[in-house]
Amino acid sequence: MAGTLRDLAQKDLAPKSDAGSRRADRLRRQRRRATLEAFSAPALAFALLAIWQICVPLFNVSEFVLPTPIDILSRVVTDYRLLLTHAWITGAEVVVGFLCAAVVGILVALAVFYSRMVERAVYPLLIAVQTIPKVALAPLVVLYLGYDWGPKLFLSFLISFFPIVVATVVGLKGLDKGYANLVRSMGASEAQVFLKVRLPAALPSIFGSFKVALSLAVIGAVLGEYVAAERGLGYLQLQANANFDVTLNFAAVFVIALLGVALYSIILFVEKVVGDKQGARS
Amino acid sequence: MNAPVSSFEAVERVGQRSGNGIAVKIDHVQKIFETRDGHEVIALEGADLAVSAGEFVAVVGPSGCGKSTLLSMIAGIENPTSGRILVDNHLLSGPNPRTSVVFQNDYLLPWRNIINNVLLPLEIKRLDTRLYRERAEALLTQVGLAGFGGRFPSELSGGMRQRVAICRAVIQEPGLLLMDEPFGALDALTREQMIMDLQNLWLRLKNTVVFITHGIDEAVFLADRVIVMSPRPGRIDMQLDIDLPRPRKWNEIHSNPGFTEAVAKVRGRFEEQGVLKAG
Repeated sequence: MAGTLRDLAQKDLAPKSDAGSRRADRLRRQRRRATLEAFSAPALAFALLAIWQICVPLFNVSEFVLPTPIDILSRVVTDYRLLLTHAWITGAEVVVGFLCAAVVGILVALAVFYSRMVERAVYPLLIAVQTIPKVALAPLVVLYLGYDWGPKLFLSFLISFFPIVVATVVGLKGLDKGYANLVRSMGASEAQVFLKVRLPAALPSIFGSFKVALSLAVIGAVLGEYVAAERGLGYLQLQANANFDVTLNFAAVFVIALLGVALYSIILFVEKVVGDKQGARS
Repeated sequence: MNAPVSSFEAVERVGQRSGNGIAVKIDHVQKIFETRDGHEVIALEGADLAVSAGEFVAVVGPSGCGKSTLLSMIAGIENPTSGRILVDNHLLSGPNPRTSVVFQNDYLLPWRNIINNVLLPLEIKRLDTRLYRERAEALLTQVGLAGFGGRFPSELSGGMRQRVAICRAVIQEPGLLLMDEPFGALDALTREQMIMDLQNLWLRLKNTVVFITHGIDEAVFLADRVIVMSPRPGRIDMQLDIDLPRPRKWNEIHSNPGFTEAVAKVRGRFEEQGVLKAG
């Protein structure tokens, strides 16, 4: 067995085996290409940061106006305790606001999908309300909900709610009627039609909207903190501005971005788990 | 779900072949659709049809003659406006558990692999799918898809997908198989092969089949009886018994006078309807 394997391996490596070497060549080229593609995004980001890093001293820009990436990073490291306490607050606001938007959004979408009455009455209203810039509501929200968790949660909920409703309705409506008819012909109840066909078919657009909604939820929470807060990364930025501490301001921006990326990755992970479970279900 | 109709005397059981097939009786069935602007469209006008257990009936007719509507009503997914349908001597009020449907589109669920698509009807009926796994694999082997169970629908060709859809329909050995232009979306070669395979499958299952098609030749080739429908509003226009020995062979049948005569008759009827133009 081992002998035959070695023979095979040798045959594959032999230079006179023309087809074999060509195949190996192609494989090598494919692998090189894949590696290049995988590293292209980080490489570009790194290059841009390097330009930033070089240009600041090159053009004699003061640190108080524009800190270099290394300055910002070292500030993140030294002040990590401060940043973390505020990041917790903002993170909690984003997560709770987003989860409320996801639950309420999907429930509203179901009502719109299953009830013609609700669709006629509520859906046009939703679309109309969506045209109002939520940012413009922030001062009013503070007026009604005060300075505590209220306005931040409400703003991050409000801003991320609409895309979830719309995408879920579109996802549910996009299904070819024939699928529902097929499953009904097997004797399925409407609950089964929903669980076996409608929901799985709508999942890609629901998860797509989750990704959009999450970044919006971050905007909502930080916006709430700009308007009225005593804690959170948005509040920290205002504090840094008041102290002319541009580096800390940038460090807060960096942590906000990090928070968004982390939460986004969680959604990607959940999407993958749900997809795998669906594919493997027996 | 299905109320027994003991008083209904007209259930014919002529020509019953075996215990596997179940009979269908369609009695003055009419279907009227209401369009969005309030107009009424008569899709089907007073259809009467009796299909005996184990019979293969093909329904041909021009587009929009209501043949698909008729099939949906037999499947129990649409209700007739008036008249009644009996499946297995029971008045139909929803899908009959012994009925399966194959549509023109395969409607395989793209997120399920092939084997789990085939097992879907059992899952809907809340049966233990593990008990049927072997049979599902055997069925896939019979239609030339051995080893494809773990693949996904997107990896298969149109013909292969429709084979899977047929496996899914026959996994529980239905007494009544309803087929709505099942080969309509396939290329000519694949279609020919599928027609032969369907004949073989039916000769084994011996169930009742109602097969809806545009193709006169495939209707005459497969069926015991061909039903010709008129253009909208749809009526049953002509019935033709096909007495050709089985198994029929696609490459030989075109020189069979019985076959060509039957095809010519159906064709002639379409010409009289004005659906086809002579010459």
